Amino acid sequence: MANFSKSNVPQFSVDVYQNEYLPEGGREVNAIVTVTATGGGTIGSAVTAPHLYSPGQGPSAAVAIMVDCSGSMDYPPTKMRNARDATAAAIDILRDGVHFAVIGGTHVAKEVYPGGGRLAVADATTRDQAKQALRKLSAGGGTAIGTWLRLADRLLSSADVAIRHGILLTDGRNEHESPQDLKRTLDECAGRFTCDARGVGTDWEVKEVTGIASALLGTADIVADPAGLAADFTQLMETAMGKEVADVALRLWTPVDTTIKFVKQVAPTVEDLTTRRTEAGPRAGDYPTGSWGDESRDYHVCVEVPAANIGQEMLAARVSLVIPQPDGTAQNLGAQGLVRAVWTDDMAASTSINPQVAHYTGQAELAQVIQQGLDLRKSGDIDGATAKLGRAVQLAGASGNADTAKLLAKVVDVVDAATGTVRLKAKVAEADEMTLETRSTKTVRVKK
Amino acid sequence: MSQMPQLSACPSCEEPLESGDRFCGACGYDLSAVPPRPDDSPTLTMNGAGAGQAAPPAGWPGAGGADPGGSGALPAVHPPADPPGTNAGSAPLPPQGTDSGGFPVPPQGTDSGSFPTPPPGTDMSGSPLPPPGTDMSGSPLPPAPAHPATGVRFDRRPEPEEYPLQAPDPRVAADLAAQPDPATVCVACRAGRVDHDGYCENCGHAQPRERDHMEQESGPVAAVSDRGLRHHRNEDAFGIGRTALPDGSCALVAIVCDGVSSATRPDDASLAASRAASESLLTALPLGTHPQQAMHDAIVAASNAVNALAQEPATAREHQPHQNAPACTLVGAVVTPDLLVVGWVGDSRVYWVPVDRGAPAARLTEDDSWAAQMVAAGLMNEAEAYADERAHAITGWLGADAYELEPHTASFKPDRPGAVVVCTDGLWNYAEAAEEMAGVLPPDAALRPLHGARVLVGHALDGGGHDNVTVAVLPFPAPPQGAGSA
Repeated sequence: MANFSKSNVPQFSVDVYQNEYLPEGGREVNAIVTVTATGGGTIGSAVTAPHLYSPGQGPSAAVAIMVDCSGSMDYPPTKMRNARDATAAAIDILRDGVHFAVIGGTHVAKEVYPGGGRLAVADATTRDQAKQALRKLSAGGGTAIGTWLRLADRLLSSADVAIRHGILLTDGRNEHESPQDLKRTLDECAGRFTCDARGVGTDWEVKEVTGIASALLGTADIVADPAGLAADFTQLMETAMGKEVADVALRLWTPVDTTIKFVKQVAPTVEDLTTRRTEAGPRAGDYPTGSWGDESRDYHVCVEVPAANIGQEMLAARVSLVIPQPDGTAQNLGAQGLVRAVWTDDMAASTSINPQVAHYTGQAELAQVIQQGLDLRKSGDIDGATAKLGRAVQLAGASGNADTAKLLAKVVDVVDAATGTVRLKAKVAEADEMTLETRSTKTVRVKK
Repeated sequence: MSQMPQLSACPSCEEPLESGDRFCGACGYDLSAVPPRPDDSPTLTMNGAGAGQAAPPAGWPGAGGADPGGSGALPAVHPPADPPGTNAGSAPLPPQGTDSGGFPVPPQGTDSGSFPTPPPGTDMSGSPLPPPGTDMSGSPLPPAPAHPATGVRFDRRPEPEEYPLQAPDPRVAADLAAQPDPATVCVACRAGRVDHDGYCENCGHAQPRERDHMEQESGPVAAVSDRGLRHHRNEDAFGIGRTALPDGSCALVAIVCDGVSSATRPDDASLAASRAASESLLTALPLGTHPQQAMHDAIVAASNAVNALAQEPATAREHQPHQNAPACTLVGAVVTPDLLVVGWVGDSRVYWVPVDRGAPAARLTEDDSWAAQMVAAGLMNEAEAYADERAHAITGWLGADAYELEPHTASFKPDRPGAVVVCTDGLWNYAEAAEEMAGVLPPDAALRPLHGARVLVGHALDGGGHDNVTVAVLPFPAPPQGAGSA
């Protein structure tokens, strides 16, 4: 149960961007909801996230680091060494007082530190002991990620803390466990802790890693070169230490006879939350967003309202942020935003598309066509893949998503970005393709 | 400028009042909702059509409340379901001596007060006429006793005076007045509670707002403003008032503003402009400023008020990426015993309609609009210009983004009594020519300006109500001081 002191809870604000005007008979209302958390227990200004707490400050937290120790981690041997170094670097970032554990994962999960089904409490001594323990890590065995997550859950839940977070590193496919088992584990762990997932090398399955991060409301990424692990883990841990409040839900109230078409996080990454709704009283539902530090995220809400006459106005949705409590109540975080619908016969008003909505509609399509294009490419449909990836190049260019455009250019030869004319590259480095697929959901915000 | 009835004590708790109080200091009774005094008409519900051929009320937002404005009707002679102002206070009656009127009103005017349930013949042709010599004494002057009806809300519960038998418990009445609307129930679905931000908890529909329909009467001048049937809010505003010139004679003031919809916060702009202009006039006229100069100054004051809005941060509601300066049009009129002064910026208008309808009516303003400029420049004839889709694009307005402020003013010395109609294009789109306006305006408009304004607004709503409609009606000449509030 969340047990934070008030001062650590950041201030949430909600801004709604929409064109509320609908033509006669219009029913679909789109809005971009920007949620920003600032303040809380962090040090310094809210502008640069994440922050580091000085010793003894910040909310209580527990972190489990899961390191792949399967046999493949020895090919090349630098991989295991880099993983050890990266974990050590992450442990150095742990602020004093944070509970932590290191788990070595193969086809079973082993406690590397501290052992005995406990969590260690970070201080100079335990950090040192943990790094010593890392030396014992050796490669050998299979891969069953579900077992790692279950152990992490058991360990993390043993501490009464506000923030529970996992960091998972794998280099191979989840071969020693059925996909159903992994799915069931993810369902069980969802909402109990958040988890970032990283794939190192190129022998892992993108959809497995992104699936773990998605289910556990964390980030996913590729670290193609094991040498980059330490920097990545350092940054992951810094972000984790910057979290101030966990289990925040986006609560959506909609009037009777309204259908919610979708609720998506659209920045910093695309994450469809539509099916993750938990009913929360009459006409309201909660969508999980995980834990928050000083950060800002955007959500695209699309609802279908009953048609009304010209001149009518109604509230299509009310957006607020809550922390659901085990007893069914919820702590309201104060901020709320209104999504409105106003019917007008002014065509200029009703036909214009809100720039934010247009931008994120494009970003969501970008993520989708990259996925589809890469899937088609794998299945040998060259024409289909060319069309989808061409559209992706066009969208990435138009929306200013330069990072994704760069990644696309490693997979296709761009003939004309504006029209989306591309040729598939004959030879594509596997790392490039996996990077594109893993990062396809990354979005950029609207140029303001 | 609302003028409260001069009450000496709170009708609810008998607490003595100060002049200018809007609410009772002791019990919070809403004094603007105080019904007219007993010699005046009862407040009548608005949703009832008259007997006989009455059609059901049109889809009037929030119909069903009371109309504290009332008119110069006598109680008792009308079934309470009659529309307000249906009877002929002290106006000259049509020849046949009845009060039945088709709507729209034919030129010689019957007296249908069908506002705001305007289907033809909705008024009271079927109800018994009052016995002669009661309220129909026919004395043409003074005008019907006038009482303010500021900020009339249709969702307001019936006022205590409507109880036919005995006065209700004052505490209950005070509660009713203090919480004027049954705010807990949505007007759209009638099932949900209304949330603090004005939307139904159940169906989400926005509730009627105070500005959706406004009426005010200030002595012999009255104004009515309505959201219309196609717009989601009322972006028009008005300000009316009466003051005394240094020589003791009476001056009447009316200002009407139309918010520019393509601008940000047009409703704030029109409200600020109408308030600033009417206050400026009511301050300047008693000091002896020439009415035409006062009108010019009032327009400048209004312009400054609107410009000041551009610096304010937008309200949360108007959170939009494309902000531009709030803007509105303005038209105003000042009537004194011998002078009629008009002033305007934009395409809101003033019409002159003589009481003697044999004399020609006239439009007194020249629109700051594309069409008017085309005609003025001789590039197009009127028909061509107004057929163009750019016809209504305005070329002058109040607002920080206006190129340069060009207040137009004009003075007239009408040689006969008449009524002055000050209105937004929400009305004149349905009665563009001066003759048409004269045809719609009831013949007794100079005597019963509130009724006249209601009829005009009803005419625009009958025509489709495509825009917000705002009308102020003033009599010319200004009646002697005191005559209006007997």
